[in-house]
Amino acid sequence: MSRASRRRDDERYRQWTGTYRPYDILREATIALGVVLALVIGLTILFSSPDDPPSTIKQWSHTDPVDFVTTATTELDGSSGTGGYGPPYNHNGDGQHIAFVYPAKWLGVSHPIDTARDFVLAPLQSITTQPALRTALSTYQAAPAKTQAAWTTAYEAALGKASATPSGSISVAAGHYGPLPTMMASLLTLAQGGGLDGALLTGRQFYQTDYTKPLLFMADGSVLANRAQAQHLLGTQWGMMNETGSYPGQSWLWLYTFWYQIKPFSTSANADVLVMGVMGVLSLAFILIPFLPGVRDLPRRIPIYKLIWREHYRTQQAVGPPV
Amino acid sequence: MMAAIVNLNQPAHTVHWHFFTMTVSNVVVIVLMLVVFVLAVLVPFPGSGRKGRPR
Amino acid sequence: MAALPPEKLLPDAQPSYMASWIYVFGVLSLVSLVLIIASGSILTLKGPGWWHFTSVGHFFNSIHLWSVELFFFFLVIHLWGKYWMAAWRGGRARVWMTGAVAFIVAVPCALTGYVSQQNFDAQWISTQAKDGLNAAGVGAFFNVTNFGQMYSYHVLLLPLAVVALVAAHILLVRKHGIVPPFELAPRASAAGLETEGRPVAREDHGSGNGARHGSGTESHPVAESGSPRPGRTT
Repeated sequence: MSRASRRRDDERYRQWTGTYRPYDILREATIALGVVLALVIGLTILFSSPDDPPSTIKQWSHTDPVDFVTTATTELDGSSGTGGYGPPYNHNGDGQHIAFVYPAKWLGVSHPIDTARDFVLAPLQSITTQPALRTALSTYQAAPAKTQAAWTTAYEAALGKASATPSGSISVAAGHYGPLPTMMASLLTLAQGGGLDGALLTGRQFYQTDYTKPLLFMADGSVLANRAQAQHLLGTQWGMMNETGSYPGQSWLWLYTFWYQIKPFSTSANADVLVMGVMGVLSLAFILIPFLPGVRDLPRRIPIYKLIWREHYRTQQAVGPPV
Repeated sequence: MMAAIVNLNQPAHTVHWHFFTMTVSNVVVIVLMLVVFVLAVLVPFPGSGRKGRPR
Repeated sequence: MAALPPEKLLPDAQPSYMASWIYVFGVLSLVSLVLIIASGSILTLKGPGWWHFTSVGHFFNSIHLWSVELFFFFLVIHLWGKYWMAAWRGGRARVWMTGAVAFIVAVPCALTGYVSQQNFDAQWISTQAKDGLNAAGVGAFFNVTNFGQMYSYHVLLLPLAVVALVAAHILLVRKHGIVPPFELAPRASAAGLETEGRPVAREDHGSGNGARHGSGTESHPVAESGSPRPGRTT
C-alpha cells in the first residue's frame, strides 16, 4: 500500500458510522468473571498445584556426600561454575558477549562472591572448638598458591573414584592432599548438621532474605540438576516451559527456550546473551507490528477476518455498505 | 493437605517430534489454545441475526 | 479525560459487527487478571510461607496458579484475534502497543512469582534464569536468587506495571472504539475498481457525521443530524 492509501485507510477505519446493538458491558464482565471463577475453582479442585519441597545443603550432604565434598573443593580452588563465572559475582571471567558488547562485564560485580572464602574458609573459621581444624586451616592459608592448587587437583581426581560410607562420610584413596581431608571432613559434618545452610545465609545483618550463596553452592553441584532431570526441567528437555510433576508450566516461554535447542545457540558459550538479544529484537518487533511492512499486511492477505466478520459482510450485502 | 482429584505430582510424560520435546500437559494447553481460537472464530455468535434495532 | 465521558467508558451499545466469540477474550483475560490479584492478595495476608503448611493456603495458591494459566491462555487467543483483525487500524497503534507491552511485562511478573515460591521449582528456576539475566547485564540489579527482592517485585512493582498498562490499554480501547471490519467491495459494484478484500476508496467519508443506528427500516442506516447522540458514538 502506498503511504497516501495507508493514510486514507487510517481515516476510513477511525470511526464506525454504521449500526449499533444494545449492549450491557457490566453484564458481560460479570458473566465473564463467573465463567473464569468457575473454571479456576474447577481446575483447583481437580488438580491442585505442585509444591515440591526445596533441597537443602543438609539433605545434599547426607544423600550425596561425595558430590558435596567435590563441589566444595572446586569452590575452594575456584574451578566451580560460580568460581569462574565472572560478573556479577567476581572478576574471574568476562561474562558473555555479543561481538564487542559485554553487558555483564560493563555492569560490573554487583554481588561479590569469593567462593573459597564464602563457601569453605569462612564457615570453617566459625568452628572454634576443633584444634586440628584450626591447624589445617592455617596450613592451607599459609601455603603458596601452587601448593594449594596441587592439593585440590589431586583431591578432586581422587574424589572422582571416592565412595560414601555407611556413616555418611566419604572414603578417598590415600594421596597427597595436604590439609584438605581434615577441612572437608569438618565442612561435611557442619553441612550434615544443618549449620552450613544457615552459615551461607547470614551476612552483614541479622535479617536475611538473599539466598544467592546457598543456591549458587547447590547449583554448582548435582543435587538440583539431578532432581531437575527427573522432572524434565533441564534446558535440553525444553525445561524452561515445564513445571514439576505433570502440571502445565510456562508454555508462553516456548519461543525463548526454542532458540537454545538449535545452532548456533546450542553450541555457543554466549548462548544466553545471544538468545536474550534475539528475544529483545523480536519483542520490539512484536510491539511495533503496526509499523512493520509485510507483517502488518498479513491479516489482509490471509483473510481470517472474513470468518470473524462474516455476519457483518452478509448483512452488508443485503443492505449495502455504510454511506 | 487437601488432595487433588487427579494427582499430577508424578513425572511428566513427554512428546517427542524431531527435536521438539514437550510435556503432555504443555502440548494439551497449546493444542487447546489453537482449538479454542478456531472455535471462537467459527462458532456462530448468538443473536447475530439481529440487525441493530434497539431492544 | 474529556475524550472519555461516562457514555464512552461504560457504553450501552456496541457496533453490530461485533458478532463473534473472538471478542470475549479481552474481557476473559481481564477477569483472569482480577482473580490473579484477588488470590494473590489473599496469599499476601498470611505471608509467603503460609501456603506450604495449610490446606486453605494451598487452595488459594492453586487458585493463583490456575488464574495465571488461564490469563495467558485467554491473552494469547485475544492477541491472535486482534492480529488477524489488524486491530491497529484507524489510529489504534497505541492500543496494540500497550497490549503488547502489557504481555511482555506480564512474563517477568510471572517469573518473579515462580522464583518466590520457596520450593524446589523456585530453586531450579532461579538458578537457571540467573544465567540469562546475568548474561544480559540485568543480573547486576535484578537478582532472581534474592528472595526478598523478587517477592517485592512480584507483589508490588510488576503487578502495578501490568495493571497500569492494562488500564491504559482499556482506556485507549474505549477512546478509539473497537476497530471496524475491513471493507469489502460489493460483489456487483458499479465502481468495480478494487478487487474484493481490499478497501474501497471513499473520498467523502466524513468523521464529523453522527453515529447511525438501526431503527425502523433497515434498508439503509438512518443519518443523524447534529451532534452524535450520547452513548452511541465510539
